[in-house]
Amino acid sequence: MNKVITPLVLAAILATTPATGQEAGGTLNLVIQPEPPSLMMGIVQNGPTQMVAGDIYESLLRYDSDLNPMPSLARKWEVSEDGLTYTFHLQEGVKWHDGEDFTAEDVVFSADVFLRETHPRLRATLDYVESIKAPDDHTVVFKLREPFGPFLGTFEAGTMPIVPKHIYEGTDFANNEMNNTPIGTGPFKFNEWQRGSYIHLVKNEDYYIEGKPYLDEVYYHVIPDAASRAVAYETGTVDVLPGGSVENFDVPRLTELPNTCVTDAGWEYFGPHSWMWMNNHKGPMTDPNTRKAVMHALDRQFALDALWNGLGKLATGPVSSSTRFHEADTPSIAYDPDLAREYLEKSSYNGETLQLLPLPYGETWQRWAEAARQNLIDVGFNVELVATDVAGWNQRVADWDFDLAFTYLYQYGDPALGVSRTYVESNIAKGSPWNNVAGYRNPEVDALWEQAALSTSDETRQELYTEIQNRIVEDVPVAWLLELGFPTIYRCNVQDLVTTAIGINDGLRDAWIEQ
Amino acid sequence: MIRFILARLLKAAVILMAILVLNFFLIHAAPGDPAAVMAGEAGATDEQFIADLRARFGLDQPLSTQLWLYIKGAAQLDLGYSYRQNMPVAQLILDRLPATLLLTLTAFVISIVLGVVAGVLAASRQGGWGDTLISAVAMIFYATPLFWIALMASLLFSVVLGWLPGFGYETIGANYTGLVRGLDIARHLILPATTLGLFFTAIYMRMTRASMLEVSRLDFVKTARAKGLRPGVIQRRHILRNALLPVITLAGLQAGQIVGGAVLTETVFAWPGIGRLMFDAINQRDYNVLLGVFFVSAAMVLLFNLITDILYVVVDPRIRIRS
Repeated sequence: MNKVITPLVLAAILATTPATGQEAGGTLNLVIQPEPPSLMMGIVQNGPTQMVAGDIYESLLRYDSDLNPMPSLARKWEVSEDGLTYTFHLQEGVKWHDGEDFTAEDVVFSADVFLRETHPRLRATLDYVESIKAPDDHTVVFKLREPFGPFLGTFEAGTMPIVPKHIYEGTDFANNEMNNTPIGTGPFKFNEWQRGSYIHLVKNEDYYIEGKPYLDEVYYHVIPDAASRAVAYETGTVDVLPGGSVENFDVPRLTELPNTCVTDAGWEYFGPHSWMWMNNHKGPMTDPNTRKAVMHALDRQFALDALWNGLGKLATGPVSSSTRFHEADTPSIAYDPDLAREYLEKSSYNGETLQLLPLPYGETWQRWAEAARQNLIDVGFNVELVATDVAGWNQRVADWDFDLAFTYLYQYGDPALGVSRTYVESNIAKGSPWNNVAGYRNPEVDALWEQAALSTSDETRQELYTEIQNRIVEDVPVAWLLELGFPTIYRCNVQDLVTTAIGINDGLRDAWIEQ
Repeated sequence: MIRFILARLLKAAVILMAILVLNFFLIHAAPGDPAAVMAGEAGATDEQFIADLRARFGLDQPLSTQLWLYIKGAAQLDLGYSYRQNMPVAQLILDRLPATLLLTLTAFVISIVLGVVAGVLAASRQGGWGDTLISAVAMIFYATPLFWIALMASLLFSVVLGWLPGFGYETIGANYTGLVRGLDIARHLILPATTLGLFFTAIYMRMTRASMLEVSRLDFVKTARAKGLRPGVIQRRHILRNALLPVITLAGLQAGQIVGGAVLTETVFAWPGIGRLMFDAINQRDYNVLLGVFFVSAAMVLLFNLITDILYVVVDPRIRIRS
């Protein structure tokens, strides 16, 4: 006996019904930074690739700002009572950009063959999947080996992009020539890529939702210098500066320009969460008192106000407030230099010089590292900043060659998808900067993580995640900083730019320009 | 002359190979590799994924094998494949070459013409206010960081005055063709080419001025004056021609950098050239692209050195006699 999720079906109907009032036509110009290496979203999963290719490729679902699933290539879905069978009913009349029909076989091929090979993040989720079958052209059934609580949260375009079977089956996926002229089902088709200059997408006239998309064409401008990106907006060349495209100190000035709106919505699914890695493997940070001293020494409110223009929030622990099962009432990690000095006094720290790696992502991060260094010096630490480029940062963090290191990661809406990977012992391994780099070990908490992931009851999961958050905050394996706010700056006559929890990264199918 | 050129070409080939080997080891000595960068960008990864990427890029082979394979390819002008961008390196470079050549050649011409003219003017008014003014302006452009001049030029002429486009190669989406497109590109070229050119203008100006003053004190100039030649003739035929030798040396050096691109100018003005391709490749540890750009720019430096040597012979008959 299956339970049909009625509110979701209602959402499905609403989301596929064209609203009135929107005006069709026009060209939207956005900035893309940095230039993506490829637009084949099944192979490259970085942010810029998704921002552009999110218009070209789709997945089965989208998510609203509260992370509730909404229809995309699936028009409705059912989950069995035991939480082991997920049945998706696909939209009818969907065509690939080359005119071929999209069917359930494409979904099976994408999830079971293509992405298993190319997508490390999804691969971890697919370990829970026993089989993926297509009983007919418009139905896909995922059967799980064991229940996996966040499973319905993994059908986002960046996590499970559906790729065309007729193009990729039997080929060398990574070297397929079609990767440079991507074919998807999305609202926009790839037209041209002048490397170093722009990427041009045009409206998919055969899109399966009548009337959508509204825009005729979209240009993504490649402008490598942050100041020049601001100039591009000021001179009217681009209409949209996606989050993170300009330095934070330029944001107040740009938002005061006429006909300019700003929003920090559209990042709820990713929940970008920043923290400072503390090396629990060796050196002074192995002592919990030293780690607590660092945690309480950091003036995060200053960073939020002065460096991030007040956009974002102070983190309360490992789970972002936009991620499901967030617990706000965790033990205090507030800025308290006196308390930091007390902890430092109790610790085994002997005045060693701590090596702090700033995140090499631009001026804001560099300034933040300088401010943090000053905070730490104020309570009695010796700290030196170690400059690296991105590749050097990756290497040093992956080799645990640091004492403290800034970072931020996406949480993908659910602790089991984007948080546990940073804290479970089974994820300690040199060679990757994105696993449990700090080296936090707590077998009891590991057991709770596993229990929470396998539960399908939201109530049980909330209890377990609350306990996990309290326990981890007590241990302070890393120093949590901010839930980052990335402002999207755009002309106010661009409407419905951000309509989901994935924002601009989810495609511009709803966006329109008020003439 | 032909023997001279052949000998120089042979020497150039050996130097080029040495540069290639040196670059190869330097690049591999830097921390990080393309597999780690790509895996990192995925935001999550496992050891197997990184190992697969390394195997695909050939990074699991011993360094000596990787070097041998690269040299073998380069000898046949095969610069390899960018796995990151899914394209042959030669194609990536050739796509970017026209933009870079246009920018750097224009800047080159601007700097030589302005620099030599300003240098001659300054030298002929030595000690006067004209000399002081030209020298001061040249020093300002020489001493100011290029990226700052670029940003200020962009702010003034693009944001404040609105006269010129502040970045880019052409108006995106305008779909101009023919002459209109040429004019559009020219408008976009003005700011980056002038910014880049002004830096070198200052050097040429200083060099020409100093060299002119030095030559004008030599005996043969006095003789020419004593013979009653007109000052203009002495200036042009006797002083300038002799004073140009060091300027040609400098021009040869600058010309070698033409293909290497101008990283800062291309970055600030979003000019889609090789300098930026190289900059991105460094950040992403895209080894093959990086080696390809270094290979092409080293070859250009050697070629322009050769041309400079030949020009010496043409300009200065004394070198011809000695060789």
